[in-house]
Amino acid sequence: MSLSYKQHSASKGFDGRLILYYSLLVTIGWLTIFSTSYNPSADLGFSFSLPYVRQLIWIGTSVILATVILLLDARIIQHYSYHLYLFCLLLVISTFFLGSKINGATSWIKIGSFSIQPTEFMKLATAMALAKFFNEGKTTVEKRSMWLIAFGIILTPAFIILLQKDTGSALVFLSFIVLFYREGMTGTIFIFGAIAVFLFVFTLLTNEIYSLALLTFILIIAWIIDRKDKKKIIRNIIIYVVAIAFIAAVNIGYNKVLQPHQKQRIDTLLGKTSDPKGADFNLIQSKIAIGSGGFFGKGYLNGTQTKLNFVPEQSTDFIFCAIGEEWGFMGSCALGTLFLALVIRILRLSEKQRNPYARYYGYGIAGIIAFHFFINIGMTIGLVPIIGIPLPFISYGGSSLWAFTAMLFVFIKLNDN
Amino acid sequence: MNNQNASRKYAIIVAVMLILAAVYAVKLFSLQVISKDYKEAAKNNALRQITEHPDRGLIYDRNDSLLVFNDAAYDLMVVPKELRTFDTADLCRILDITKEDLIKRIEKASKYSKIIPSLFAQQMSKEDYGYLQEKLYKFPGFFVQSRTLRSYPEPIAAHILGYVGEVNDKTIEDDPYYKMGDYIGISGIEKAYETELRGVKGQRVVLVDVNNREIGSYHNGEEDIRAIPGTSLWSTLDMSLQRYGEQLMQNKRGSIVAIEPKTGEILCIVSSPSYDPNLLVGKARSKNYTMLWRDSIKKPLFNRALQAMYPPGSTFKLANGLIAEEEGILDANTIYNCPGGYQVGSHLIGCHHRGGTNLVAAVQHSCNTYFCRAFYNIISNKRKYPTIQEGYTAWRNHIVKLGFGTTFDTDLPYEKKGILPTAEYFDKRYNRSWNGNTVVSMGIGQGEVCVTPIQMANMLAIIANRGYYVRPHVIKAIGSKDNLNVQYMDKIDAGIKPEYFEPIIQGMEMAALAGTARGAQIPGIRVAGKTGTAQNPHGRDHSVFALIAPIDDPQIVVFCLVENGGWGAAVACPIASLIAELYLTGEVKRKGVEENMLNLSTK
Repeated sequence: MSLSYKQHSASKGFDGRLILYYSLLVTIGWLTIFSTSYNPSADLGFSFSLPYVRQLIWIGTSVILATVILLLDARIIQHYSYHLYLFCLLLVISTFFLGSKINGATSWIKIGSFSIQPTEFMKLATAMALAKFFNEGKTTVEKRSMWLIAFGIILTPAFIILLQKDTGSALVFLSFIVLFYREGMTGTIFIFGAIAVFLFVFTLLTNEIYSLALLTFILIIAWIIDRKDKKKIIRNIIIYVVAIAFIAAVNIGYNKVLQPHQKQRIDTLLGKTSDPKGADFNLIQSKIAIGSGGFFGKGYLNGTQTKLNFVPEQSTDFIFCAIGEEWGFMGSCALGTLFLALVIRILRLSEKQRNPYARYYGYGIAGIIAFHFFINIGMTIGLVPIIGIPLPFISYGGSSLWAFTAMLFVFIKLNDN
Repeated sequence: MNNQNASRKYAIIVAVMLILAAVYAVKLFSLQVISKDYKEAAKNNALRQITEHPDRGLIYDRNDSLLVFNDAAYDLMVVPKELRTFDTADLCRILDITKEDLIKRIEKASKYSKIIPSLFAQQMSKEDYGYLQEKLYKFPGFFVQSRTLRSYPEPIAAHILGYVGEVNDKTIEDDPYYKMGDYIGISGIEKAYETELRGVKGQRVVLVDVNNREIGSYHNGEEDIRAIPGTSLWSTLDMSLQRYGEQLMQNKRGSIVAIEPKTGEILCIVSSPSYDPNLLVGKARSKNYTMLWRDSIKKPLFNRALQAMYPPGSTFKLANGLIAEEEGILDANTIYNCPGGYQVGSHLIGCHHRGGTNLVAAVQHSCNTYFCRAFYNIISNKRKYPTIQEGYTAWRNHIVKLGFGTTFDTDLPYEKKGILPTAEYFDKRYNRSWNGNTVVSMGIGQGEVCVTPIQMANMLAIIANRGYYVRPHVIKAIGSKDNLNVQYMDKIDAGIKPEYFEPIIQGMEMAALAGTARGAQIPGIRVAGKTGTAQNPHGRDHSVFALIAPIDDPQIVVFCLVENGGWGAAVACPIASLIAELYLTGEVKRKGVEENMLNLSTK
């Protein structure tokens, strides 16, 4: 694959390693999808309703898409970043009117027998728009308002997607903080983020009274430490008030914004409730599938748990179960290594870019891919709540594969220039 | 940004990712290599998640007699994903359903979820259950789950107890607690106390072998959560009084509401015609419900005690007397002359007695003239209220404080507000030109005002308490008999000074001794009563009676209304007094009266 692209290129050449990683991941994905729908007692079918046949079509079209991108002029990509962003935003908004409901989220547009999910492309467009904005805005806009606009660019689609009840995809936009961090946002914000997560969990686990008591306790201690510095005391009080407001927001957000099934999942992870609707059960099934894989796995096509459909959504969000079951700890680690290699390669190449646009873009998509990877795998093994986002390049689904392919090949193209 | 700083940040980002990856690797290692549980679980063919349905809470009456309990029932569940080819004809025969029905049910279950068990057939008989249990290995994907059904030792208090039914799709979507096939309280106490009664569902994860047999719990039951049975409730109802009230109201239409005035506890609340609550249980529920709902003549589902709106009739005079006193229009000594009626233009509101009347005598003889004048004077009190609108509104505010024109918002199902027009209503209707005489018939409980029996009973409680009420309610204690239902303990002031109640109560006692309410007398007990005859434009008048006993320390107030029963003393009066007699003395000595009332039919 990489060879043929090299012939097209007149410059130093497309990054062979990225293309190799991509090809490996997509192949593993297809093999796994085949395995989950493979039935040893039935003849191999070739019907367009079979997932592995459809995925093959999407892989084929993805290759075409990748080729087109590589043939484009990189300046065009850069130039039309905002246009694409606005276009995707309109598409996402249009799902309010045209959308059909799948798995409780209204974020799909149906075209014939296919459904496309504009949110997947929104991630790519946001990475491009953000890169363009940093590239052009850094010199012209004052620092504070620059960050405000940057946050606006990621939070606008995130908020709209949240309204469509697709919380998982909305959370993906948080991954841009990797780029923000690289481009000068201070580390303090991450400490605040960590505190926020802690308060969130603590408030949901106990109740707001305990959180309040804890905060007050910390405030008193801080007061004693900083008692001579009036400015710091005032700052501490402001932080205290903000934290209380946050606790109140957590309760309201948890009760009003989250879908019942999402609440259930957070509760499940926090070990808070019995679970009559089955989120627990999904996690148990998922863990059994992965856990039964052992060190070397049961071997390709030999998975029992994932074959008998015990695991829900096993070719999409829970596809890692099949890999864990059939390839065991070794296979899981190999897959993880492959993803890490891909992400780190993107980061490394980004650092080398002379065109800042490419660097910003690279950091943006590296964050997105890493976020997807960690959240998706984490949810199947019970490290994070069950949030329905796909495993990039692996999960069954056209929108997701196209979007991630485009994401990666835009970078490969930029890197080439 | 300088290069050094940038490369440091790059290093930090990569390091964070590597650390995260290491955490994941450790977790995977413990899951896949160290832990044996998952391998063990995967060996068995399937895990099945079984919901443990808690027993619903029991409902007792105030003397610990059971009003509602639970009976065992068996549901057949299906897990669509686990279905294999099976003998459909055999299953159809066992369940007595058609093949189309079977296919439809499986489709419905598949639509809901392929892996979560769905209800396939509910409430099989014990015989069917036993038979099916033997053959279950032939039907992979099916299993039996036990649960409980409501049962009623006696077919009484149907309206207040309410019923339980399958939860609807909307509720399933709104509340993650419920899933398809769950039961939920739909009306009455079952609805109002659903969260207490339902308990907490539990869950078992069991291993199932290839023969569709449960072979034990997964993970030694560590993932299991035991069901917590529902909380039992103690009702304020007195079962024997309720039963007696329903017997007395047989073949009549109407309502009895008896309240313990100090606490607002409803002792009995009868709406007749009623139905057997056992009809609305289990498989036959929806069929029977439709039958009851379609019965447009008897309307058995209609709870008259809370929802029927009647003109209050003469019993409303009590309220107007109190308001007149509070407004300073009259006192116990004020005498109005009754010339045999109250003249409004060319129309005469007749009165069957004559002469100078004070408040006590007016109550005793139910003098129309007296209360028309009192009402007229309240709302036309120009010194206090310059306009009729203000005067009427002041009166209306008093009436609302006495519990009319509003709901008590308690644990009673579907209360109605009644009708209590505002001044604006009359402005509109009479084009702003109206006066005290235009609406004077409200003074004697006729005209535009309509009330529900529970509101009237509550007014009697206010009189018995000399000025306050506790919101009427039907649940006394939750969980244990000592754990009182604190929601309904506040004394609500009715806005009338205690001393104003004396002439009213005195008049009511005189009515029972030597007035319109002589039939209310109970041997050995001082009784206060007031008759009423609610005009009914559609037929014979409604018989109305209000009773308080004993006068010195009221233990019970009874409001009784019998539709088309004629005048108050004829039917409602003896029934109310029999209820009070049974409650206060524990037995009914006036067997003749009792027999007359039991046999009387007003249909």
